[in-house]
Amino acid sequence: MTDQLTTTRSKVEQGMARRRRAEGRFRLYGVLSVGFGLLCLVVLFGNILSQGSSAFRQTVLQAEILLDQEYLGLNNQSPVNELRNGNYEGLIKQYLRNTAEVSSRSERRALYGLVSVGAHWQLQDAVLANPDLLGSTLSIELIMDDNVDQWFKHERDEGGAGRLNELQLGWLEQWVAEGRLKSRFSTTFFTNGDSREPELAGVHGAIMGTLLTLMVTFLLSFPIGVAAAIYLEEFAPKNRITEIVEININNLAAVPSITFGLLGLAIFINIFGVSRSTPLIGGLVLTLMTLPTIIISGRAAIKSVPPSIREAAFGLGASKMQVVFHHVLPLAMPGMLTGTIIGMAQALGETAPLLMIGMIAFVVDVPGFITDPSTVLPVQIFLWSDSPEQAFTERTSGAIIVLLTFLIMMNTVAVWLRRRLERRW
Amino acid sequence: MSIIENHQTDGEPFCDSPKLKARGVGVFYGDKQAIFDVSLDIGANEVIALIGPSGCGKSTFLRCLNRMNDTIDICRITGEILLDDEDIYAPKIDVVPLRARVGMVFQKPNPFPKTIFDNVAYGPRIHGLVNHRHELEEIVEQSLRRAGLWSEVKDRLDAPGTGLSGGQQQRLCIARTIAVDPEVILMDEPCSALDPIATARIEELIDELRDNYTIAIVTHSMQQAARVSQRTAYFHLGQLIEVNPTDLVFTKPQHALTEAYITGRFG
Amino acid sequence: MTFSILLLVIAVLFVIAYVSGARRARSLVTPGVTLNSLPGHYGSLVALWTCLPPLLLMLCWGVLETPVIDRLLAAQLPAEVQAEGGNRISLALSKVRNLAGGANVQADPELAPVVLHLKDLQSRNSMLSTTLVLALALAGFGFGLRRLAPALRARNEVESIVKVLLFCSSGVAVLTTVGILSSVLYEAWMFFGRVPVFDFLFGTTWSPQVALRADQSGSSGSFGAVPLFAGTLMISMIAMFIAVPIGLMSAIYLSEYATPRVRSYAKPALEVLAGIPTVVYGFFAALTVAPILKSLGADIGLEVSSESALAAGLVMGVMIIPFVSSLSDDVINAVPQALRDGSYGLGATQSETIRQVVIPAALPGIVGAVMLAVSRAIGETMIVAMAAGLAANLTANPLDSVTTVTVQIVTLLVGDQEFDSSKTLAAFALGLVLFLVTLILNYVALKVVQKYREQYD
Repeated sequence: MTDQLTTTRSKVEQGMARRRRAEGRFRLYGVLSVGFGLLCLVVLFGNILSQGSSAFRQTVLQAEILLDQEYLGLNNQSPVNELRNGNYEGLIKQYLRNTAEVSSRSERRALYGLVSVGAHWQLQDAVLANPDLLGSTLSIELIMDDNVDQWFKHERDEGGAGRLNELQLGWLEQWVAEGRLKSRFSTTFFTNGDSREPELAGVHGAIMGTLLTLMVTFLLSFPIGVAAAIYLEEFAPKNRITEIVEININNLAAVPSITFGLLGLAIFINIFGVSRSTPLIGGLVLTLMTLPTIIISGRAAIKSVPPSIREAAFGLGASKMQVVFHHVLPLAMPGMLTGTIIGMAQALGETAPLLMIGMIAFVVDVPGFITDPSTVLPVQIFLWSDSPEQAFTERTSGAIIVLLTFLIMMNTVAVWLRRRLERRW
Repeated sequence: MSIIENHQTDGEPFCDSPKLKARGVGVFYGDKQAIFDVSLDIGANEVIALIGPSGCGKSTFLRCLNRMNDTIDICRITGEILLDDEDIYAPKIDVVPLRARVGMVFQKPNPFPKTIFDNVAYGPRIHGLVNHRHELEEIVEQSLRRAGLWSEVKDRLDAPGTGLSGGQQQRLCIARTIAVDPEVILMDEPCSALDPIATARIEELIDELRDNYTIAIVTHSMQQAARVSQRTAYFHLGQLIEVNPTDLVFTKPQHALTEAYITGRFG
Repeated sequence: MTFSILLLVIAVLFVIAYVSGARRARSLVTPGVTLNSLPGHYGSLVALWTCLPPLLLMLCWGVLETPVIDRLLAAQLPAEVQAEGGNRISLALSKVRNLAGGANVQADPELAPVVLHLKDLQSRNSMLSTTLVLALALAGFGFGLRRLAPALRARNEVESIVKVLLFCSSGVAVLTTVGILSSVLYEAWMFFGRVPVFDFLFGTTWSPQVALRADQSGSSGSFGAVPLFAGTLMISMIAMFIAVPIGLMSAIYLSEYATPRVRSYAKPALEVLAGIPTVVYGFFAALTVAPILKSLGADIGLEVSSESALAAGLVMGVMIIPFVSSLSDDVINAVPQALRDGSYGLGATQSETIRQVVIPAALPGIVGAVMLAVSRAIGETMIVAMAAGLAANLTANPLDSVTTVTVQIVTLLVGDQEFDSSKTLAAFALGLVLFLVTLILNYVALKVVQKYREQYD
């Protein structure tokens, strides 16, 4: 026996080095896997941030423009529609001709092209806001064309020319030297709707669309989800029908989101005649999509309320309904809200089903109500990412940063709520 | 029934040919101390029973003997435990070969979700004890025979181990343990989940195994301790109160606490 | 806008009804007479009587109004339009609607009478519905108040009504499934009336563009979906190839090796990956990963398409890592500690225990998790739509561009569509396949996981 024991011991000892190596390798695979996931996260965020941070800056030309009353044919008594139709574009062209020397027509066109085609709206807005400015010299930061913007932000540092020619570069360098061409925080990115011109395109419309859509989603999915969770957890008889409903909800939570878009198109739009491209239809579709999440988390929250609280209330002669609404529901509320916020965050990032119900339309105006045509942030990102201009790529990343900021805010609230919930018992 | 500070163990904690020696062992879970200064010898080829009321630290002490407590992060051990005069908590000691030498059988039968054959073959395989299939088959058969399970399962070695009855499962776990040829077998209330017939079967088995192995068994059943062990150690609230030959403990307990326990005044 | 004003009015009525109901109930209390329920219950009962019927009416009205108006209008359309039937009528109707919504009602002289009729109908419709809804609300209010009596079991009645409302809410989920199924089934049925099921499921050419002229090739379009299935499968497989090993190893590391501190940071950080919208992944795949792959391929002499299956699959894999990892984490944690102890007690190392005991024990659960992940990969739309392209190639080369079921659904349905064209209907047939496949995967996976959990409970 002793012999056998010694051989066993020596065999075990012999194998140890190999087994320790295998252990180390296995552990390393684990570290590498987690590391890979985290690396992806860092790369993704780094990539988006580095590409998108410049979207929040806009290159502008500091200009002093005389609002020539004679040239415009306007004065401070002119009616609004005349003020609106003034030839502000001409004013800007005139100003540009005065600051840079141009001879031929093609040179003139090259010069005009440096300023955004939307720059005259800046003048128009200023005049509309205060007609008394007419006749005075307006100091204004003219928005530059996206080619200038990109050159100034990126290529200039590397000595590149971007899509500009020698002549244009000459004028620009001169303006830079005079300190008139500069980069400032881009307010237009947050105040404008979509546009074909990158330098004029903003996320305001998409943000409003998103908020309206989420509002509809929340107003519908929260009460329905909470009610369904209460019913299934507290009132539903344990029978075949309830079981089917439960299986059905669990399955719906894992069904591809795109099928909800099919439902929205075939039923809401084609049968019920809800108009497409609106936050209303978007909210309806997203409601159906987020309901399973809310119901499942709501039930978990109700389950986590200790039975002792229910028993105490029953012991005082409360009815089932009173126990649920007076005791269980308030205690389960933080958990339900957490689940709802997570569902809302899902809805916020969702794109595919919305494409099918027309929220992909090119909408310039900022929506004001749930029946106005609109788009949402993720769809805006999808639309911009398709545009070939470098400037739109930048704006896409910028919009992604805005979207991720919203998501992070919502998740922070959810985590905070969950912490509070955990502290309770 | 207060605890005496720095209690000296009554009786004979030490023996002539010790296989395992515990000296001044203390166990801490975080800030809480679970075992206080336990010194005890476990002699070669003897069965020692560790008894005491629940929560007295007998299982904790047993798990120290093959460093199973290592898997619990907050667990800390002081003092020393020597296996053949070698400190098993010395930094150079690897727990893996240690556990091959000091095997363990648990309270609840825990067969792996594998076939009966693979359950028993698991140890020899991971330790690389065999080179050929027929050697492995030999070990499996021998271990199952020693565990008294061979005749019941020899025709269904490919059936899942989880499909056996509770008593059979526990014997399978014993077979699994002896397949790696340990020197010491630790048993943590091995019969607590079993019916009386299965328990009797395991007790017989323990008696047979004594020829080849050193066995330490934790039990909450005093009758079982009386039936299977040569020496009995009584633990109370983390202290080792008394160690004596089993017949002595049950007929003439030396310490008042021991007497109180075996006469059923608490437990 | 009138709709929201109406809702507001009803909300105000709700409050008024509650207050007056409760007040009335209190006034009923005289010496010797006690109320059966609390005054609040009486208030709630009156409020429910006031608001539920009009809300129900509004719902029904909203559902029926468009079909009814359409039918009325269709009868007014010029005879030749009516003769042509289905498609032409719906086209004409949508034109009428546009005209009615616009400034110049008379723009199309032929349709002008219909447009005027529609405007007339619309105004009458809104008048009628508003009046009816308000009348119903007031009637309910009166009825509710009149019923109030001390002996009325108001609490029981309110509770039964609320219970019915709760029940209806949980029915919405079922209705959703029914809605999805019926919409895709109906349209797919129409589609299979034009294209045989067999050609759809086993055809190898996908070009849904219906030619404008009859003499062009493939004038009827060609709807063999095999290239889409193959593309979907390839991208899902690439994604699984990344997500399953990495997700599983991450879960193992985090649940078995990592210290609580590392776990508390790494686990939420990984979960952030799951919370990033898919459109962001799509952007990343199309604008960062695809160009890198293309230039890498060029360096080693491989031609990588700028919209390759590989780029989409890789990024999708990264997206699914946290999904696999958190599901497997749950599953691994459900393996009883006793099994691990048994293995350690025999002298197994940690990795031996994990590989030979924990993973085999957790296998059913892991399989379930992987199935759920596959279902997710199949249904993922944005990454493939942005990075994998539209070319329906039947290829086994992951460097080529392929297309998937979801991408085709989106492509066929985005933009203006006529609802009756084979193109549109094909999207619903694809939707049916997608829905059924994911439904089966999910159902089986959830069952497997559930069984697995019961085993260790």
